[in-house]
Amino acid sequence: MSTLRPLKILLVDDEPLARDRLRTLLGDIAAQCPVDIVGEAANGLQALEALHEQAADVVLADIRMPGMDGIELAAHLGRLEKPPAVIFTTAYDNYAVQAFDLNAVDYLLKPVRAQRLLAALQKVPAQRPDSALLAGIGQAVRGGGRTHLSCHERGRLLLVPVPEVLYFKADLKYVTARTVDREYLLDESLTHLESEFADRFLRLHRAVLVARTALAGFEKAAGDDAEAYGWALLRGVPEKLPVSRRQWASARAGLNA
Amino acid sequence: MTSIRHFPATQPLPDWRNFGVMLRVLLGVNGLAALAALIQTATLTDWSERFLDLASFVEPWLLIWLSLLALLRNLLWRLRLRAGQACVMALAAACAGLLHSYAASFNLIDAALARSILLAVAASGLLLIYFELRSRALSPAQAEARLAALNARIRPHFLFNSLNAVLSLIRARPQEAEAALESLSDLFRAAMRDPAELVSLADEIALGRQYLALEQLRLGERLVCDWQLEAVTLSLPIPPLMLQPLLENAVYHGIEPAPAGGTITVSMRQRGDELHVRIANPIPGGEQHAAGNNMALANIRERLALYYDLEARVETVITDTRYEIRIVLPCQRYAH
Repeated sequence: MSTLRPLKILLVDDEPLARDRLRTLLGDIAAQCPVDIVGEAANGLQALEALHEQAADVVLADIRMPGMDGIELAAHLGRLEKPPAVIFTTAYDNYAVQAFDLNAVDYLLKPVRAQRLLAALQKVPAQRPDSALLAGIGQAVRGGGRTHLSCHERGRLLLVPVPEVLYFKADLKYVTARTVDREYLLDESLTHLESEFADRFLRLHRAVLVARTALAGFEKAAGDDAEAYGWALLRGVPEKLPVSRRQWASARAGLNA
Repeated sequence: MTSIRHFPATQPLPDWRNFGVMLRVLLGVNGLAALAALIQTATLTDWSERFLDLASFVEPWLLIWLSLLALLRNLLWRLRLRAGQACVMALAAACAGLLHSYAASFNLIDAALARSILLAVAASGLLLIYFELRSRALSPAQAEARLAALNARIRPHFLFNSLNAVLSLIRARPQEAEAALESLSDLFRAAMRDPAELVSLADEIALGRQYLALEQLRLGERLVCDWQLEAVTLSLPIPPLMLQPLLENAVYHGIEPAPAGGTITVSMRQRGDELHVRIANPIPGGEQHAAGNNMALANIRERLALYYDLEARVETVITDTRYEIRIVLPCQRYAH
């Protein structure tokens, strides 16, 4: 594939000099591996925007970046219809590097060497690291959950910033995330969301997680309601969320905490 | 150059002019007096009376003895340890003897002279044993702090990112690359220096500036540094690498996680006998970094406690958007 057309590459790193370095090295190895640098981005969010404008074959992504890091970027990219290959770059992330080695995910150690870069580009991985693996590494590297959730809408990838989500509600097949403005359909499981964002969201019901910051208060259900033992009131939106008998005590404790 | 080996807390014969040492002596002797009173009396009301009786003799003795010790501190340090300890006990005995004779001349005391002297020797002996044990307990802590400091000082993340930045400068801007490598080597020289040697405040400030210049190379305009230095004693000896790890923390937790960056403010001013150092950084929105790791802070707290005992203070002031570390160091008596 190297002789047919140049590989389209997106450079993602928050340090301008680190991107310069990659650009220089790609120039050095152009004879063996012709590339076309389609853009640069300083974090995962910018990278997703850039990819929306211009598709790429390979994304060279730093692991640690402010806003959205490289691991989370890769997780979102994995949901694209034609996801680009991701090669991680890192100065020093022991945990991530060990996990990559175990799972045959390609990465480059900074300072990057031209020969290593060439080798990585010549065997651009066909399969993508699975999302559970990325989620685990991401949690370990950044010490918390993702900053954004992604969903598809009419072929577009939409990003929902996690701090804007008021609650998650599970229906038969989908999980909906509610922000002040609108709802999003997510392809996630509630259990997984609960464990990933344990410090931000609280379980109210078998099918409901609420943001602690969105909770305004509780009221007891009138009579013997089968669906809800009580109701949670929210800031910013008029809906009430059902609270199960099982979660009643811990939910109320969560509001006061 | 002054060495960490003279740190008051690690001396078997302590620094009698140090506030923390004085406090321990005062509390220790009064505790012994209270215990003695308790043993002599049957009821709690008698106990407090008996304690007050004792205190009227113990406090003047204690104050005279402590003043003499503070006065003779350097002389005592020059003696061998056992000889110094013997001198401290002899001083205690002499003070007790003199005070006893003085009180006896007014018929205020009816006990035997030898009893007062023996009690003074016993009390001072117990204190010396305490200080010797404490110094032994703290010495391994110091060795550990040293190791931890060596390990925690310069993050590998910073080293490799800096080298990567320098590599990208070499072709385009060779002079900047040279300056960056020079700063990097200064930083490592500082990190590999004997941690027991004290450095001047001026050197520590220069090192901090070099470190931030390297970070600025990587982070560009995301990192803004605001140095607010009033007239301070630049020759003041301080424990090495006191500033740099805190600056590194500020960059790591305050600037790197923020896409738009922020300002690190370093301010120093001298107020009377105290040097006030403040390092402030913004707390970026992603709250997971706010808690941060407090290794560097704990490390510096421990080293300052080893050197100044209770006379240095480290505080953190945390608001929603700002994290500030405040360090207060005593300076006059330490600026030789």
